[in-house]
Amino acid sequence: MLGRTTSLEVNTPEGVTFEVPVASPFSRCLALAIDYAVVVALTLLLGQVIGLLQLTVSEIPIIGDIIGDFGSGAMILLQFLLFTFYGMVTEWLWSGQTLGKRVFRLRVIDERGLSLGIRQIVIRNLFRLLDILPSTFYLIGSISCLFTKRCQRIGDIAAGTLVIRETAARPPRFGDALGGSENSFATVPHVEARLRQKTTPEEARIALDAVNRRNDLAPEARLRLFGQLADHFRDLTEFPEEVTIGLSDEQYVRNVVDTLFRRTIA
Amino acid sequence: MILDLDRFIAKERPFWDELAEILRHQAENPSRRSSLEEARRFYYLYQRTSADLVKLKTFAGEVETTRFLERLIAGAYSHLHESGGESVPFRPWWWLTKTFPCTFRRHWLAFVLSIGTFWIGAGFGAAALALNYDLKADFIPPQFGHLYEKPSKRVEREEKKDFDAFQGRHQFSAQLMTHNTKVTIMTMVTGFFYGIFTFILLFYNGTIIGVVMFDYITDGQSVFLTAWLLPHGSFELPAIFMGGQAGLVIARTMFGWGTNLRLRQRFARIRGDLLTLVAGAGLLLVWAGIVESFLSQYHDPMFYPWKIGFGAIQLIALALYLTLCGRNLLGRPEPGDA
Repeated sequence: MLGRTTSLEVNTPEGVTFEVPVASPFSRCLALAIDYAVVVALTLLLGQVIGLLQLTVSEIPIIGDIIGDFGSGAMILLQFLLFTFYGMVTEWLWSGQTLGKRVFRLRVIDERGLSLGIRQIVIRNLFRLLDILPSTFYLIGSISCLFTKRCQRIGDIAAGTLVIRETAARPPRFGDALGGSENSFATVPHVEARLRQKTTPEEARIALDAVNRRNDLAPEARLRLFGQLADHFRDLTEFPEEVTIGLSDEQYVRNVVDTLFRRTIA
Repeated sequence: MILDLDRFIAKERPFWDELAEILRHQAENPSRRSSLEEARRFYYLYQRTSADLVKLKTFAGEVETTRFLERLIAGAYSHLHESGGESVPFRPWWWLTKTFPCTFRRHWLAFVLSIGTFWIGAGFGAAALALNYDLKADFIPPQFGHLYEKPSKRVEREEKKDFDAFQGRHQFSAQLMTHNTKVTIMTMVTGFFYGIFTFILLFYNGTIIGVVMFDYITDGQSVFLTAWLLPHGSFELPAIFMGGQAGLVIARTMFGWGTNLRLRQRFARIRGDLLTLVAGAGLLLVWAGIVESFLSQYHDPMFYPWKIGFGAIQLIALALYLTLCGRNLLGRPEPGDA
């Protein structure tokens, strides 16, 4: 994409920096398709209800005429209100989510990482009238999404909002990452202590990241990476042969990570 | 120092869970106000979790837990720094008597530009028709097909017609309201393109009115025209001008003249004014739609003076309301003034 960043980086006054992933245009399109389907379905449903009401009272003199004409007018107004206010109401009630966004786990937030204000919600939905042009093809909104850093349509720019992807929030358990396997290094605590002493936090972090992300790597890259890491840690501290015999490079690094992170004192 | 992740997670997890629980409660009941004690506890948890994240990033860099904490802090940060200035108190009478007219006056120049562009368009339409009458059909869009016929013929036909209050009036009224509201919103939002399309839309709509007015006046139907357009036009046209006014406020924001603020900050400053203007225009259009359906289309010559009088009174009342209402005669600053 053109000039795209995939996340919003927020620096809080407390000195903490965190990142929020920005939603892709494709997932936004899918969410929009669902929202359109919901609006169309609601319109049809209301049309049926009003039609039924008109049919029921059509035989009654005067009232039949009034309801008949009033119903047609109400239908036009309801269609307009549904298309205009569906996004506003749902985003207000569900803190930045419509039904489509809920399905695809997307959310509208303030572009500074704050929650949405009612004014922002109304403005971004009013500007939809411009974004959907020409007709309802969303060309202007799409072009704006492609050319802005954070995939913002014009309504988002005017309202100071952006759409983010919600990620899973389950707190991980550290033991899961290492698989709870036996660490043969534990039998030589004095060498483990030397390893901890010689390893810098950066080296430890690289080893931990490699272990955590090992399943995302291509087989060749995985072999090469763990080979390099194992060699590095072997150079750093030499473990006795009886605890390293038969260990693959990857298992060697996992033992190192286990030694560094599980048994040190915070 | 390298962090003992197991011990770290075990020690801090209860605080994270507590913070997550508060956020969940808040998401379920967004309108609930926290007590002072709850707010203090929330702030403590937020700070503690922030410190945990910094510690984790510095001494461990474990991806999953970092991501979890980032998510937690993002939620807490958004809740803690909720934009209080963005909240809109529900005070309809205050809004009607102070906010709306004061906002309108604050951007009076944009309104004047909006009116000016419209009437220049009207002048252009009238001049074009004066030069070549055959252009009439080219200027008037198909949805106003009833304006293609000669005005005197239409007047004769309309004046003979019986008025039926239920014959398509509600439907017509609804169509007018929605159409005019769309035009007004569109005139506003196109201001994003530095006002170019706002000017074009105002000029274009002015051209149509100019053509129609010239056509009816030269055909000797001035009274019919006034009685037809004034009752609803006295609200409808100012509403569209307000859309243009809002569009030009956006255009000024896009240019950023006289300020070194970023676009985001500039928009944040005008957001309230835009909504006020467009909501005010919306109210005017609802009334205009009702009047157009139930009064403007009633063409009995006997009632022309009443219709014209009604339209004139509406126009004067609106002008007085917008220029005087909410004005502080003691010279205090108006709501929203810097």
